[in-house]
Formats: sequence, C-alpha cells, structure tokens
Amino acid sequence: MKVFGTRITFTAIVGILIIVVIVGSAILAPWVAPYDPNANLGGRWDPPSAEHWLGLDQIGRDMFSRILYGGRVSISLALLATVLAFVVGIITGFAAAVFGGWIDIALSRIADVILSIPILMSALMIISGFGTGATVLVLTIGLLYAVLVFRVARAVAMNIAVLDYVEVARLRGEGLMWVILREILPNALPPLAAEFGLRFCFAFLFVAALNFLGLGLEPPAADWGSMVKESALAIPAGIAAPLYPAAAIALLTIGVNMVVDWLLSLHSRPQGENA
Amino acid sequence: MLKLLGQRLVLGFLTLIIVSALIFAVTEWLPGDLASNILGQSATPENVAAIRAELGLDRPAYERYVEWLRGAAEGDFGTSLANKRPVVDVIGPRLWNTLFLAVYAALVAVPLSVLLGVLAAIYRNSIYDRLVNIGALAAISMPEFFIGYVLILYLAVQFRWFPAIATFKPEQTFTQHLYATFLPMLTLVLVVIAHMMRMTRTSVLAVMASPYIEMALLKGLPKSRIVVRHALPNALAPIINVVALNLAYLIVGVVVVEAVFTYNGLGRLMVDAVAKRDVPVVQACGLIFAIVFIGLNLVADVLSIISNPRLRHPR
Repeated sequence: MKVFGTRITFTAIVGILIIVVIVGSAILAPWVAPYDPNANLGGRWDPPSAEHWLGLDQIGRDMFSRILYGGRVSISLALLATVLAFVVGIITGFAAAVFGGWIDIALSRIADVILSIPILMSALMIISGFGTGATVLVLTIGLLYAVLVFRVARAVAMNIAVLDYVEVARLRGEGLMWVILREILPNALPPLAAEFGLRFCFAFLFVAALNFLGLGLEPPAADWGSMVKESALAIPAGIAAPLYPAAAIALLTIGVNMVVDWLLSLHSRPQGENA
Repeated sequence: MLKLLGQRLVLGFLTLIIVSALIFAVTEWLPGDLASNILGQSATPENVAAIRAELGLDRPAYERYVEWLRGAAEGDFGTSLANKRPVVDVIGPRLWNTLFLAVYAALVAVPLSVLLGVLAAIYRNSIYDRLVNIGALAAISMPEFFIGYVLILYLAVQFRWFPAIATFKPEQTFTQHLYATFLPMLTLVLVVIAHMMRMTRTSVLAVMASPYIEMALLKGLPKSRIVVRHALPNALAPIINVVALNLAYLIVGVVVVEAVFTYNGLGRLMVDAVAKRDVPVVQACGLIFAIVFIGLNLVADVLSIISNPRLRHPR
C-alpha cells in the first residue's frame, strides 16, 4: 500500500494507530478522563466495573483516569530526555565528524569510557549524587543517551561528509555552518529519524524503570512507572491493578517499535523494489 | 594473538581505573556540599560536621579518591552511612545472591537461545521464524516489571506453582534454592532470550550468504548439516559477543527484577542505598557492577579472538 508515494506496511499502520490513540488520550486527558485522577471514590482496589473500567487503586482513585493523566507525565519526560539527547548528541557527533583530529579523538574516547558501564548504573550513581526529581531525571537520561546518539550521528555524518556533493560545497567556498546545516543535516535526517523512535522507546522504558524503583519523580507526581510501584501490593492479593499502567507502557513501546521497524525497512530497501 | 590479548587486558584495566574515577567524581565530588546533600531537610550544623568527618570531606577530592581506590583494591570500601557496618559485610551476601540468580538465568537462557536462533535460521521465513521475530519485538518492548508481575499473578498467586517472593533461608537445599528463585530467573530469561535468539539467527544467516555455503549447498549436503557444521563455527564469534553483552545486560536487568521479587540482591541494595544516599555503599556497588560489566566485555573480546580461525593461525 502506498501513501504519499511511500510504501506503508500493515504493522506500521497499526503502530501509528497505537501511538495516536495513546498520545492523543494523554493530551486530551482533562477532557476525556471520566474522573478526577486524585479524587478518592470509594473502596480500595475495587475490581473493574462499568463505572470504573480498570477498577480503583490502593486509595480508591479511578485507575483509568490516572493512567490517562500519568501518560502525560511519562510521555513528556521521555520526549524531553530524547530531544535533549538528540540536540547534544547531534551537535557533538557532527562536530567530531566535520572537524576530525583531536576533537574527534577526545569526544570518542569520552564516549567509550561512559559507555563502558551500563547506563542504568551510571544513572543510579548520578541520582545518588544529585538527588531525585523531574529535572535530574530528564538531564540524567538525556545526557547519557546523548552519548549513544553521538556515536550514531558521528557515523552518519562521517559517511555523508566524504560524498562528492559535500566536497563540491566545500570547494566552492561555502562556510562550515552551510556545509553542516545545508549539506550534511538534511541527508542525515532519515536515518536519525528511526534512531529517534528507538531512543524514545528506551528513554520511555528507562523513565518508567527509574520511577518504578522510586528514584524518579517526587511522590505527589505520578507517571506509569510510579503507578506500578505504588499499586504493586495488589499482586499478592491476586489483583491485576499494577498490570494496567505496565501494559500501557508496553503497548506504547510496541507501537513505536512497529513504526521504527518500518522506517528502518524504508531505509534499507529502495523504493520501487517490492520484496 | 598473544599481543592482541595483552592489549585488550591492559585496555580493560585502564578503562576500569578511569571508570572508578568517574564513579567517585559523580557520587562525591561533583554534587558539591555532599554532607548537607545527604542530610537534606534534617541538616543541622552538628550532623553535617559528623558526616564531613566520617567521609573525610575536609581533605581534597583527589586525596580521598586515591585512598578510596586503594581501600577498594584491598577489599575495604569503608563503612555504610545508614547502618555503620563495614560495606564489605553488607555487600558480601547480596553479591552472592545476585550472582546466583544471574548465573542460573544465564545457564538456562544461553543454550536455549542459541538453539532456537539456529532453528530460526534453518527454517527461515517459516511461521516459526515469524514467531521468533514477534517474540523479540514483544520482549524489547515490555518492561521487566510487567513480565515479572504477570508471572507472579498467574504462576504464583492464581496457580500457586511457585513462591511469589524469592527468599533465601540458610537451611534450604540447593534444589529449594533453584525452586525459590525460579520466577525471577524466568523473568530474566524472557527479557534476554529474544534478543540473543535474533542475533544468533542474524549471524548464522550472514554466514549462510557466503560463497562456500553455496558450494556446500550445490554439493547437495542437507541443510541442517550445512548450518551446524559449516555456518555455525564461523558465526560463533558474533554469537559469543551477543551472549556476553546479554549477560552484561542480565547484571543490569537484575536491578529491576530484584525489586519486583523483593529479592535480597546487590541491585536492590544499590537502589536502597541511592534512595538513602548512602554514598560508600553506592560507590562499592557501582564499582562491582562496573568490574563485572567490563570483565564480561573483556571475556567476550578474548573469546571471539580465540574462536576466530583467522586470528588463531597467524600467517
């Protein structure tokens, strides 16, 4: 199937639908949520019913409304961290590729050292030094992922920087900014778009994991990860409450991954070639 | 080859030293006034001074770093701020528990995923192969706690086949240990297996595309023989790499899985220490995780050098 001249697959359509529904309902939460997410409406852990689609949580708040509102927090935190990672990662990655020499060597070695231990470990240690909270959360994840984006952006820019048209631009005397912004950046965008989706997924899971561990947001604020943590005691009682926010996390990640797979396949298979 | 191996060892050691400096910097030096940070709201001049004295914060950072590193090399990580016990005593049993869980999961996950991955390569584009791909997508998309809680809800609470909380008692036999930690093990296996399987499949398929395989095919050898005898040995190096990376991932994955199963491992200890800002414990846990992670990567490097026929027989 083709839309605007681009081949689109069934999985990609499903993925886009999932993203639109989840992100849309998070944005529209104040209008579509049936209840106030912080209002105590009755019994602790009431099972799902016609009035409360996903039941009530540990202090009698409507789970469905809380998931709608929690989505705003989860998605915006992950998005902020991913954008930060891309801004920092692309600037440093392009700088390393274009300038080369000692700048490249220095930046690459720093990246090697930072990535020589698991990112979760680095994050835990940064949080132990600087404390919890939304700002530290976004900065930590954004800057740590910037290192990964740096590697990708550098590799992509390196491949483009040696192409003939970049050489031509240089020879006709264009400035450095022109070469970076007008020659390299537009051609680096398609591969970086798939990378953005992938990074968003990991940042999203990372935010959820840190909040689940209780090391993310300060208590009154709640995202899907902290909602899982708060309602975890329901599980031994045989109540599925924490599975709903956890499933929301999994669903959005699957949706984004479906679109990413499609973006990657566009990239590796030229148009017009049917496989 | 020996020269190559020596280089890797030196490089690994150097990385570890730099990482230890970073750990120290990020936990103790960069945050500024650590003593009031640790105490937060409850900071009075007296207890700030007490923490300062305990951590030796009046001395320059590099001096404290060298001292910390020297202590760590001798197995002395100082005393925990939370309960005043030596960090080593706090960490010892926890480290053992975490290693037990990780090794248990690895022993199940590695053979299973290599086998399933090779099968997916043999039956390429079949329904089985598609299932592998869907499984891999699901596994990277689901948070560890989702898988963990689903397993607890169904296998422990509803059917009561396994205990929900993985506790260790000294009087337990080895088999009871394995039984008690079955669900956390299964969670870890489910998290890593899909990726390992997919990478095994990819590396076998990459080798399958080479001319000597076509030759074997034209000779009329059966497909299973080609995959096992001809393709697998050459695909071994990338597979070993993937396995080591995923084992390293196991070490990280345990942090969340231990929290789900309230398992007394190193990961949960570290999370608690981060929440309480118990700096010496955080530093020690971070350093141990770093050693394991860098060590596993080093082992992967060494094994892939050894298993590569072209590097084994230099001309």
